[in-house]
Amino acid sequence: MRAALKKMATAIAMSAVAVAAQAEIKPSVIYDMGGKFDRSFNQASYSGAEAFKKEHGINYTDFEITNEGQREQVMLRFAQRGYSPIVVAGFQQAPIVAKIAPQFPHLNFVTIDAVVDLPNVRSVIFKEHEGSFLVGALAAMKSKNNAVGFIGGMDIPLIRKFGCGYEQGAKFVNKDALVMQNMTGTTPSAWNDPTRGGELARAQFEKGVDVVFAAAGGTGVGVYQTAADAGKYAIGVDSNQNYLHPGKMLTSMVKRVDLATKNAFEDEKNGEFSYGLQVLGLAEEGVAWALDEHNKGLVTEEDIKKIEDIRQKIIAGEIKVHNYEDTGSCTY
Amino acid sequence: MNPVMAESPAWVRVALIPFLQLVLALAISSLVVLIIGEDPIHAFQVMIRGATNTDFGGISNTLYYATNFIFTGLAVAVAFHAGLFNIGGEGQVYVAGLAVALLCLALDSTLNAWFMAPLIIIGTALFGAIWGAVPGYLQARRGSHIVVTTIMFNYIAMAFMSYMLVEYISKLGGNSTDSRYWNAEAVIPKMHEISSSFPYSLLNPTILLALGVSAAVWVLIWRTRLGFAIRTVGSNPEAAKYAGIDAGRIIIITMAISGALAGMMAVNEVYAAQSRLILNFPNGAGFMGIAVALMGRNHPVGIVFAALLFGAMNQGGTELQFEIPSISPQVVLVIQALVVFFTGALDQLLRGPIENWFQRRAIARSQQAAAQG
Repeated sequence: MRAALKKMATAIAMSAVAVAAQAEIKPSVIYDMGGKFDRSFNQASYSGAEAFKKEHGINYTDFEITNEGQREQVMLRFAQRGYSPIVVAGFQQAPIVAKIAPQFPHLNFVTIDAVVDLPNVRSVIFKEHEGSFLVGALAAMKSKNNAVGFIGGMDIPLIRKFGCGYEQGAKFVNKDALVMQNMTGTTPSAWNDPTRGGELARAQFEKGVDVVFAAAGGTGVGVYQTAADAGKYAIGVDSNQNYLHPGKMLTSMVKRVDLATKNAFEDEKNGEFSYGLQVLGLAEEGVAWALDEHNKGLVTEEDIKKIEDIRQKIIAGEIKVHNYEDTGSCTY
Repeated sequence: MNPVMAESPAWVRVALIPFLQLVLALAISSLVVLIIGEDPIHAFQVMIRGATNTDFGGISNTLYYATNFIFTGLAVAVAFHAGLFNIGGEGQVYVAGLAVALLCLALDSTLNAWFMAPLIIIGTALFGAIWGAVPGYLQARRGSHIVVTTIMFNYIAMAFMSYMLVEYISKLGGNSTDSRYWNAEAVIPKMHEISSSFPYSLLNPTILLALGVSAAVWVLIWRTRLGFAIRTVGSNPEAAKYAGIDAGRIIIITMAISGALAGMMAVNEVYAAQSRLILNFPNGAGFMGIAVALMGRNHPVGIVFAALLFGAMNQGGTELQFEIPSISPQVVLVIQALVVFFTGALDQLLRGPIENWFQRRAIARSQQAAAQG
């Protein structure tokens, strides 16, 4: 009896030690405004962190920014408590990382969608233009009227980059394709205005558009709904959104923010964290077009082959996709 | 007004009733916290400690948020004394941010903070005043309702500022939607940079400006001819006209002052705290000013205290989210909204009955005294 108890006690003690050893890494995420359940960019970081937690049983801490005053305060508190890596989602947080990271050289920081050139920071950016090119090409292939639409959220360079890539892709497939582009607005509410998204989509449909790509955060939900109701195709963004309207979403331009987050956590855990710039494009599968059970009835084998061909050509450099942010314009 | 009706004592009006309103709001909030499965007492402890501690910057950050709310609260209050509902604080602050950006981008390598700060204060007040005076003019001379025009001016300000930021200001060395940091020499230091006895926070000497401006508003409203004219227009524009006051002119001037007060929030936020112009930096502080003025009964002293409360809720809410992860920012928002609801929108729910009770008691007493005498 006593022996059994002793055995149990050691077992408990050992598992406690094991837990303590695991608890030594304290990963964390700071989401940008919009919140972790935005079904899009922030949620992708969240699902990456969740996947890591599920796989390794290691907990993480997170925080949703709701005002500018919090940014420095929260990042500083995370750093003071020794969280590492601190994954920071969203380009608007980059200046704060540049300020905080040098004060905590022993901690690792990750910026997503922004570049901060410091020895303890890993910057992950995506070639959204390449992914958008691909879905633009697919849109033009599927359009019966040779007219495709793009609906952006807030009118900022990052979103113009999506639109520009999309336009190039559509024109690559069909030089005469009409590409209609609309931005939802100029204020942050443009990220969360499904009603206006729906109206813009309807206006585009009236002009003959029959495939629409929305890079507009929560506004996209209205675009997809309108497209589904009108019997047109919609293309999702950031996360795989095909499931929102099975059989009616043509595809999604997936940006693997989840992988960026999960990889950062895993590298920290395995002690192989690396620094510097990571540019994830089609070649790295950082951006991709989503093909799953929800949209597989919509694309033929031939479509898949064509898109794969374009993908390979972009990776090989045979097709050059112009990046809006390089020149601040969409002339290519 | 009934001459027999005695006013309830001042401590009831300015202290007891707001306190009870707060208690009621927190009681309802507790239910929300209970529903999500957390201990409300613990949650409020975290919130209060988070907003008032001195060791990790709680009180300092509370004061930093309060600084913003004092400016926007005063802006709403001044307009309100002239019977105007200025919903445009958000846009007035935002446009005033442009003044900071223009001055800093042009001069921050040549002037130090001593010369820069006065220029910034004048610049923000001027830009805010212009953005407030235009709806004022439209109300006074064209009969466009101030509520509608100020709301529309918020949208114009947002579109205009996004355009300026994305197309011009960010290209001068900032990120895609922000300006660059201002040169540190040209910016007033934060409290923790002035003295290491302050913990790290965004608190800066702008709070002294906010308190000074509060005093100035008190003088303006109750001790000057202009203030008298403003209050007269507010209580009865027809009577004001009869008394020889050009109501239209007063409306324009009041809106300019109101806009200038809101605009000065940019001194705290854009110049000192963030030291750069950020997309959407007002983030609702302009609208929060309405709640602050409402709770502060449009009096500068009340506004300072209301601003402190709302600042404490912002800071306490951040700590709450930090310490109890299952309480999401949405729940924090619900708690804040309940406080606004009970202190502002449902003001009369408690105020009416309590004031009546005190009045009845006072009347009963005086009658008793009369009977005995």
